[in-house]
Amino acid sequence: MTTLALCSPVDVVEALATVTDPELDEPITDLGFVRSVTLDDDGVEVHLRLPTAFCSPNFAYLMASDSLDALRLVEGIGKVRVLLDDHHDSAKINIGLAADAGYRGTFGSEAEDSLEELRSVFLRKAHLAAMERSITAHLAQTGEGVERIHTLTLRDIRSERHTTALLRRRSAIGLSICPNSRVFVDEHGRSVAPEAIPLKLRFAKSVRISIEGNSHFCRGLLATRYDDTEPIGASPRINDIRTRRFP
Amino acid sequence: MYEKNGDKYFIVDGHVHLWDAREKNQKNIHGKQFIDCFYDYHKNLSPESELWDYETYQYYGEDRLYKDLFVDGYVDHAIFQATLLSDFYHTGFGQTEDAFALTQKHSDKLTYNHAYDPRFEEAGLEQLRKDADRMNLQGVKLYTAEWHGDSRGYKLDEPWSRRYLEECIKLGIKNIHVHKGPTIRPLDRDAFDVADVDKVATDYLDLRFVVEHVGLPRLEDFCWIATQESNVYGGLAVALPFIHTRPRYFAQIIGELLYWLGEDKILFGSDYALWTPKWLIEQFVDFQIPEDMQSEYAPITVDQKRKILGANAAALYGIDIPAELRPAGNPGQEGVEVAAGAKEAVPS
Repeated sequence: MTTLALCSPVDVVEALATVTDPELDEPITDLGFVRSVTLDDDGVEVHLRLPTAFCSPNFAYLMASDSLDALRLVEGIGKVRVLLDDHHDSAKINIGLAADAGYRGTFGSEAEDSLEELRSVFLRKAHLAAMERSITAHLAQTGEGVERIHTLTLRDIRSERHTTALLRRRSAIGLSICPNSRVFVDEHGRSVAPEAIPLKLRFAKSVRISIEGNSHFCRGLLATRYDDTEPIGASPRINDIRTRRFP
Repeated sequence: MYEKNGDKYFIVDGHVHLWDAREKNQKNIHGKQFIDCFYDYHKNLSPESELWDYETYQYYGEDRLYKDLFVDGYVDHAIFQATLLSDFYHTGFGQTEDAFALTQKHSDKLTYNHAYDPRFEEAGLEQLRKDADRMNLQGVKLYTAEWHGDSRGYKLDEPWSRRYLEECIKLGIKNIHVHKGPTIRPLDRDAFDVADVDKVATDYLDLRFVVEHVGLPRLEDFCWIATQESNVYGGLAVALPFIHTRPRYFAQIIGELLYWLGEDKILFGSDYALWTPKWLIEQFVDFQIPEDMQSEYAPITVDQKRKILGANAAALYGIDIPAELRPAGNPGQEGVEVAAGAKEAVPS
């Protein structure tokens, strides 16, 4: 007798919601990248889809393998299969995932050993964008000027709308979330000289605009690509075909 | 020429194609995926009245091109940017010879930019010399992410690529257009990464680097580099169509570009036939930064629009503009180390 899949569809979707598109800094479930989740007696099969057939293969691989990792942490999930549909490297990626071949094993000699550096570039960008959002909101609310920024601590902005997101991104790149820490820091957590702050904040704004814009574009393209065949809903399509149901 | 409210604009479309993506020219599934992806771009960002059917989009031919650009599209001069994609299409995606022949027929209206691939090493260099001579090249278009055998792309600062750039200087090819935008098939040699432009722009001040698609999806990296390099320009292809579906986002893009690069280094491009120039020009001339965003970004002036729509590219390609259509100032100027808005923010 095989091990039965005991998890609930909600567990599966919640696990997938922890996976983000590194470039867009949003969960793949919100972006509509999870096409379907099928639970059967053996386990779970998840199909992912992307806005175009030519999305960068390293990002595609990253999201697919992160999904696999996140799902394997779900209690009682059984066998996990993640498949990427309609991508120019679908076959390669799907075989690599099924064999747990790793990034290098999937793509061969031109691939780096891992995608950690790529991931870290985008985590740092996500932090910059989140920092700019928080600070801009804070200045707008208090009427303070940019000259105040270098003294701001996390305690000063704790009630701002974007602060939780900022703390999450600080944690992701290993920066302190102590309330006494400075808000405006470089990627290593060091504070920035007051005179350098205006230009760096201006750059952070460009990063934020760029990320937001890419997200609009990807959502638009995904809808163009799939909307006439399968409506783009916020939640993935779930098929539960298990012969036994669990609460 | 386009005229609105008494203001006249000389139009240079810096980015057009004559492509053949019909099934019989597709080498493999990727050829189909590629044109499908373009068609999705077209469907996603065009006004409904400007949508083409899929069949026309796959191949529209030179008569349609001429009409869309010069009869209906207000374009005074257009520049072909070669897109080979030989791994996806039997005779390539962009129809090199047909496009070149068309520029011979209408030399006052069309300029042809060819492509090279430094991974062909010595043989490719020899070919480049022949092409430059036969085609009288002023510019090339490079796809650093194009696949070649086992390679998934190259960097502009690699040794062979440097030799090609040095050859361009010798051959008088000054305008190096680089596709840094929506992906083809990059892997680790990340096609979006504009860092290689930074390196070669510093080393080859005799060349001008036009970053097509203004580095989207990495607008900020492009802006940061273009601010520091006096010979880096931004092509608006693919960024401009947001003017219709997402005007506020477009306001942010153009606002950022004007801040970091300044008005002399931004070039109009429709990316025809991804989009037709007519509606892009009409909407850009009518465009203004929304009032509630004008504390962040200054309103765009008529002269700025004139530079972006034509005068800047005309300066790079030596195209003569009738006196009454010339904007004030010095379009396409070189030698600006730190661009417009950023100048004030950089401590000296």
